[in-house]
Amino acid sequence: MHDQQWPLWEVFIRSKQGLDHKHAGSLHAADATMAIENARDVYTRRMEGVSIWVVESKYIHASNPDEAASLYDPANDKIYRHPTFYDLPDELKHM
Amino acid sequence: MSLVDSEKIFLDKVDQDIRIEPKDWMPEAYRKTLIRQISQHAHSEIVGMLPEANWITRAPTLKRKATLIAKVQDEAGHGLYLYSAAETLGTSRDEMIGQLHSGKAKYSSIFNYPTLTWADMGAIGWLVDGAAIMNQVPLCRASYGPYARAMVRICKEESFHQRQGFEILLVLSRGSEAQRRMCQDAIDRWWWPSVMMFGPNDDASPHSAQSMQWKIKRFSNDELRQRYIDVCAEQVKLLGMRLPDDQLKWNEERQHYDFGPIDWSEFYNVINGNGPCNKERLAARVRAHEDGAWVREAALAHHKKAGEKKRRRYA
Repeated sequence: MHDQQWPLWEVFIRSKQGLDHKHAGSLHAADATMAIENARDVYTRRMEGVSIWVVESKYIHASNPDEAASLYDPANDKIYRHPTFYDLPDELKHM
Repeated sequence: MSLVDSEKIFLDKVDQDIRIEPKDWMPEAYRKTLIRQISQHAHSEIVGMLPEANWITRAPTLKRKATLIAKVQDEAGHGLYLYSAAETLGTSRDEMIGQLHSGKAKYSSIFNYPTLTWADMGAIGWLVDGAAIMNQVPLCRASYGPYARAMVRICKEESFHQRQGFEILLVLSRGSEAQRRMCQDAIDRWWWPSVMMFGPNDDASPHSAQSMQWKIKRFSNDELRQRYIDVCAEQVKLLGMRLPDDQLKWNEERQHYDFGPIDWSEFYNVINGNGPCNKERLAARVRAHEDGAWVREAALAHHKKAGEKKRRRYA
């Protein structure tokens, strides 16, 4: 019988309470329970995490790198969004 | 965008040390080179479990046994990080494993040597993992993002592997006469194969220049080999042992150790399938995969059935 490959999952790990989950890598598993168990064995053998998220890779939608220029460029010319844009007297405290 | 433009953007990124990510345009040859190199590396981790697994049941103490199990488990993990990195390039896990099992894909030749005594666990940790680390540290800066990230993880874990190996040899080197002999014998057997782990000499390594331009590789085979020999030649003194090379000698002018000629005929002989354990290693992998087939099928069937039950409940 031909082997059917288990689906691919992306793994996100919270390294400690108070921090965001961060992408750690991916793995194959038959279902979500197994994906979490495998993620524990593969990605947290040395206390790298306190919480694991897994999501089947096919559900991740990503922006297209070819469109990065048009997608992010408009942010570049809005320097007035940054606090350093505003020139204020040095005597001004607590701001 | 024309192909020429895409290629220029790609090369500019590489030149500026901006990492290439899975969805970025890349030359087909770059993709192929990476798939070959990363999958070969993954296979090496997986096959590399076998020589050490040989000693898990016979480790001399409970501490050594626990350490060895942890190390072998790390190697399985390293294989998985790397397979995942290769999969981002468009190949599949099944395809890679198929290539390993058919003999089309290679793995590091070093794992085709047998582990005859307990001291081999020490020599593998010190020399084989030491050579691997020397190779792998520069790969943490490889131009392909997922590969570089996997390597960072691997290098962090690999350091314990080398230290525990040296410690095994250190204990033996301070032991009885028989233990000291066993220690020296393991070093004698593992030294040259480890030196060969860096691959052929630069002038016989046709793909190196391209890999360096793409920043997959940062240093040449011979540069890394020299660095490795310099380090080991000093470390071996702490063991009171010797490396099996009569021509090993510090060269004041070069500020490096000179070393004797490498027997490349042995290297190619082992690569071409005629090492002491090639057949055994591959057979063990294939058997493990085939024996596990029912588990993979059962897990999928269970998932499917559980899904159906859930749907019926909601219907």
